[in-house]
Amino acid sequence: MKVTVTVNGTEYTRDVEPRLLLIHFLRDELGLTGSHWGCDTSNCGSCVVWLDETPVKACTVLAAMAGGRIVRTVEDLARNGRLDPVQQGFIECHGLQCGFCTPGMMMTARWLLDRDPDPAEAEIREVLSGLLCRCTGYENIVRSVRWAAEHPEATR
Amino acid sequence: MQVPSHVEYERATSVEHALALLGRPDHRVLAGGHSLIPMMKLRLAQPGVLVDINGLAELAYIKEQGGQLRIGALARHADLLESATAGQHYPVFHDAERVVADPIVRLWGTVGGSLCQADPSEDLSAVFAAVRAIAVIRGQDGAREVPVREFHLGPYETVIAPGELLAEIRVPITAGTGSAYEKVARRVGDWSVAAAAAVLQLRKHTIKEAGIGLTAVAAEHFVAAEAEDFLRGKPATEENFSEAATIAAEHCHPIPDQRGPEDYKRHLVAELTTRALRRAAGRAAARATS
Repeated sequence: MKVTVTVNGTEYTRDVEPRLLLIHFLRDELGLTGSHWGCDTSNCGSCVVWLDETPVKACTVLAAMAGGRIVRTVEDLARNGRLDPVQQGFIECHGLQCGFCTPGMMMTARWLLDRDPDPAEAEIREVLSGLLCRCTGYENIVRSVRWAAEHPEATR
Repeated sequence: MQVPSHVEYERATSVEHALALLGRPDHRVLAGGHSLIPMMKLRLAQPGVLVDINGLAELAYIKEQGGQLRIGALARHADLLESATAGQHYPVFHDAERVVADPIVRLWGTVGGSLCQADPSEDLSAVFAAVRAIAVIRGQDGAREVPVREFHLGPYETVIAPGELLAEIRVPITAGTGSAYEKVARRVGDWSVAAAAAVLQLRKHTIKEAGIGLTAVAAEHFVAAEAEDFLRGKPATEENFSEAATIAAEHCHPIPDQRGPEDYKRHLVAELTTRALRRAAGRAAARATS
């Protein structure tokens, strides 16, 4: 079936099987490998992208369901060569070790900060509770998001 | 790599269109997809055609109307968690939604989908059973109403027939009620080891009506009917809550598995039912004085 999805501002049309998952559409059909394919069971959250402004685990949604909709991936966080404050926060606070969970963490954090520019630490932990970091770097990830909240003008 | 088997995809543009598409037995409704797609990936579900209803905004609402809380089947878990109307009348919904999966899954998973999935460990089934909700099921010949206590036929089985669609869940709003949900899971976001939902309608200090729902312990229709019968007409005391909880624990049928042995699950049912009743009574009292 033909599916047309607007990803990071560009419209893409591809002929895909209806069973194709969005994460594979992004990575294999479009070559956008920033979103990671992790647990494949909607537990780890490394595949989180935005679908019409709402974060979703892209391993648990079909590409067909995204047809006619707008997807935003981690590749779109930096704009015009300037990092998003969330990305800068992860650099400043050592918010990643191996980096595998980072795209999902950052897309979720950006969504949170757009809704609540000054989230308490408990709120950050709650929103990130469906994402796993196997380097166990949660402390620094939470600090990174707080850094972004405290530096909203950093780069955007 | 988990890949669903071959499937066709249709997108419904209205409820009528969805009903027209749902004629064949191998057609499945695709709402949030957060239960169905994982099951398809494991090949536990192999529908022939998916009917995507995510575009049906007319099924995505939570409102108070006609003395009822009305929840559209396509309302997301996050919508129910954020609904002040739902929380005001039935805080049990907020208790339960805080412990359904994780915040990102809750943005997509739907209330109606949870009921239709009919997973024995799913939280909302027990909650809707406790509050004596009514499911409104639409077909091409019109709508029918089924009490949630008659909605589930067994694990992964409901009364919804081919060609039908769950449209709405209605919860009667009754004065003097308090409600609560208590769950034990192995870790954040996991399925219940056991959980209990309690609704108490009090008149002064007497229990006029009680609703008790149990999750993940194979209670018939997710209900602790014998415990409800025991409480009706009795004073709302700690002793009666404890006795009702013991009855609830005796009458369910927990299955030993990796989440725990049978006696542990019965212990949890007794403890969680007591806690839920205690909190429900406290909330009913707080509402009476506010």
